[in-house]
Amino acid sequence: MGLILLLLFISYALGSFYLGYSKSRKVRVLNEGRPISLDKYYGYYIAIWSVVPAIIIFSVISIFDGFFIKNYVLSDLYSLGIDSSEVELLFTQIENTRNGIKLFNSEDVLIVNAVSKLNYIENVFNVSLVIIILCSSSLFLLFSYRKIKIDFDAREIVEKFLLITFFVCSLVAILVTIGIIFSLLYETIRFFSQVPIFDFLFGTNWSPQRAFVTDASDTADIENAFGAIPLFSGTFLIAFIAMCVSIPIGLLTAIYMSEYAKSNVRNTAKPIIEILAGIPTVVYGFFAVITIAPFIRSMGGSIGLDVSSESALAAGLVMGIMIIPFVSSLSDDVISSVPQSLREGSYAMGATKSETIKKVIIPAALPGIIGSFLLAVSRAIGETMIVVMAAGLVANLTANPLEASTTITTQIVVILIGDQEFDSPKTMSAFALGLTLFVMTLILNFIALRVVKKYTEKYE
Amino acid sequence: MNSNSLKISNENLKRRLNAERRFKFYGVIAISLALIFVLILFTNIISKGYSAFYRTLIEIKIEFNDKVQPEIFKQMSETEINKLDLYSFSKKNIYSNFPNIEKKSDKKKVIKLFSIEFEEEIKTYINKNKNNLGNTINLYISASDDIDQVHKGNYSRDIPEERRRVSNFQLSIYDELVGQNKVKFEFNLPFFSRGDSREAELAGLGGSLIGSFFTMIIVLLLSFPFGLFGAIYLEEFSKRNRFTDFIEININNLAAVPSIVFGLLGLGILLNTFELPRSTALVGGITLSLMTLPTIIIATRASLRSVPPSIREGALAVGASKVQTVMHHVVPLALPGSITGTIIGIARALGETAPLLLIGMVAFIVDVPSSPLDPSTSLPVQAYLWNDSAERAYEEKTSAAIIILLSFLILFNLIAVFIRRKFETKW
Repeated sequence: MGLILLLLFISYALGSFYLGYSKSRKVRVLNEGRPISLDKYYGYYIAIWSVVPAIIIFSVISIFDGFFIKNYVLSDLYSLGIDSSEVELLFTQIENTRNGIKLFNSEDVLIVNAVSKLNYIENVFNVSLVIIILCSSSLFLLFSYRKIKIDFDAREIVEKFLLITFFVCSLVAILVTIGIIFSLLYETIRFFSQVPIFDFLFGTNWSPQRAFVTDASDTADIENAFGAIPLFSGTFLIAFIAMCVSIPIGLLTAIYMSEYAKSNVRNTAKPIIEILAGIPTVVYGFFAVITIAPFIRSMGGSIGLDVSSESALAAGLVMGIMIIPFVSSLSDDVISSVPQSLREGSYAMGATKSETIKKVIIPAALPGIIGSFLLAVSRAIGETMIVVMAAGLVANLTANPLEASTTITTQIVVILIGDQEFDSPKTMSAFALGLTLFVMTLILNFIALRVVKKYTEKYE
Repeated sequence: MNSNSLKISNENLKRRLNAERRFKFYGVIAISLALIFVLILFTNIISKGYSAFYRTLIEIKIEFNDKVQPEIFKQMSETEINKLDLYSFSKKNIYSNFPNIEKKSDKKKVIKLFSIEFEEEIKTYINKNKNNLGNTINLYISASDDIDQVHKGNYSRDIPEERRRVSNFQLSIYDELVGQNKVKFEFNLPFFSRGDSREAELAGLGGSLIGSFFTMIIVLLLSFPFGLFGAIYLEEFSKRNRFTDFIEININNLAAVPSIVFGLLGLGILLNTFELPRSTALVGGITLSLMTLPTIIIATRASLRSVPPSIREGALAVGASKVQTVMHHVVPLALPGSITGTIIGIARALGETAPLLLIGMVAFIVDVPSSPLDPSTSLPVQAYLWNDSAERAYEEKTSAAIIILLSFLILFNLIAVFIRRKFETKW
């Protein structure tokens, strides 16, 4: 069906392009003068009119037809007085029966009738859809064809159409943001209507599976199950470990690259380090589980420490490795943009290179460097796969990096992976966590981007 | 200057120069550490995973009897042969390869040396050679995943027997088979064509490769046109005002939003509101393309900005309209940069796992998907799933999946570098 429609649209567009093109040539011969626009623009003009409205009509109909079909098929069943909660289930059963999946009630008269009704109405819809599309595009084609005259400026309209298309495309980014905020807020507000926001932000006990077991009327238990403090502490603990790895290595790398390294060293080492940023996070997660965690365990064992097999330390270390290039390449850019005159002034005073770096360049580049740290922190907080695979799944309020601890992102995945029970506070809590994460990273990114931008403007 | 102060300043200088040397040394250490991490990561994964690309086969002898005669296969079609019940026939024939083993429990252990699908493999062999079957045939069938691991040397025999999945008895049979030269390696072609499986020797990447392919096609189809057109509007046509500033800030922030938030968006909007089918490449593709969009817009805008104004002015001067100038002259020059950005964005989307977990692309799916509307997984998700399996053989497979994933990423990045080198004009 979809393929036929696509072919239909394409052939219609090509045909109408040819019509417009040849009409323009005809006008040229009849009037012995040139039309205002080039011949092809008349072709585009008709093609746009014959296809675009039809596509819009098609999309509108196919968004709503499911609703109509369902109502029509179930109209008999409604009159029999069926509970609204059973309607969804029933309709899925009808669809499955139609698709040849045998169910326990496939022989039921009601179902058999409904299946035949479903087949009938879908056929009606499909046929009428094709007819409506053909009629509307032919109508628009006829009108636009008649409009082509020697003094008709088709180019202007085609260009306007293009501009509107471009504008709509640029709005998608905003739509995505609105979509994110809407979907997160909607579920979060519903969540906070069941669980007080104070309990969520400052509670110290996170055990959503417990809230699922008890029934919803027992609110005392729900309130105690959604305290997100252990998640925040775990997130920051792991991010802190990661920053302890990535800040010294990343910053020293950046300094060496921009101040000491010869250009051939720079040209080979820099891309290799940036490979670290391009490796998928699932690879780091695997690396942490299979190599780093056992290594830390055996190291801890040899000095008499009891390290859990899923430790915050392993996840944090690997995350730190992942973040090195984020710190190093941004700091590198920032350090390189410190004006040469500052360096030369310092050398003229007799300072060595390292003294220049420590006393002049780093202070001058500090805002930008801190911006790069903030971006790295936001990356660490939002990182999911490493912690899901290596950091542990059960909430644990601890500052000991050798124990397992969980993070915001891990809990989102744990709650939403697989089948979710709809409308339960457990499912909604994942969206509340998502919103918290979104707000945290948004603030960090916003500050970091501001700082970096302000800083680079200062030296331009 | 007296000699004392000279001495002091000399010592001072020495100290400062030492500090200088130390500082430089720290830099070298930092870079070496970063490079060593890259090296360890790659060698670790390659050394763990390369053995998944070949598999162990064991030679067995099959004797046809009165009931199962080679002649009857000649008249049968392939589907008819596949429908035959040759299970007990195959089993008996495998037993008769080991005439010394008589106890029933031992026989069960023998059958565990072979892949669980030995019957199918024998049928496949019969299908291939049905016109020239002798009364006895020798063929290779796959070993079970445990024997496979033993033969690859990934399995330590020092572990006490009760904690091993392969018993001493099975090892002795295996050693006997090796002594008779009946065990061999072969390139593991089924690994690339099969779907996932609970049996490690049957699990393959085929399903997830196709799933990733469909997902990436959708990402490309959605994010490239929207990204390109959006960037053209923002860079060439929009007037600078609050609204376009807002769009710009928006895009920059969107590029830094954690990927899991896009998963929540996909779950909340695409699955729950629009009721698109769960676990499909379609939903995965839409979700990932929203994530890729900012990357493409930013790259395209940068390359549009680098086209010098003289190109635009030249076109305008000979009477082209603004749209014609942009579409005929500026965009073609900026296209290589935009395509490079798109390829890099798609490479990132290919390695992305977290959002796909939330929209249900983590299900255990045996069938290889045939369209973007079928439930499927993707390459990194498959690696994640296998990593969760306890069996030893899956560790090798996880590494192999990651090797494939990394090779695709390297390929994509090389293509991007090639396009940049070949087509990008420096002004």
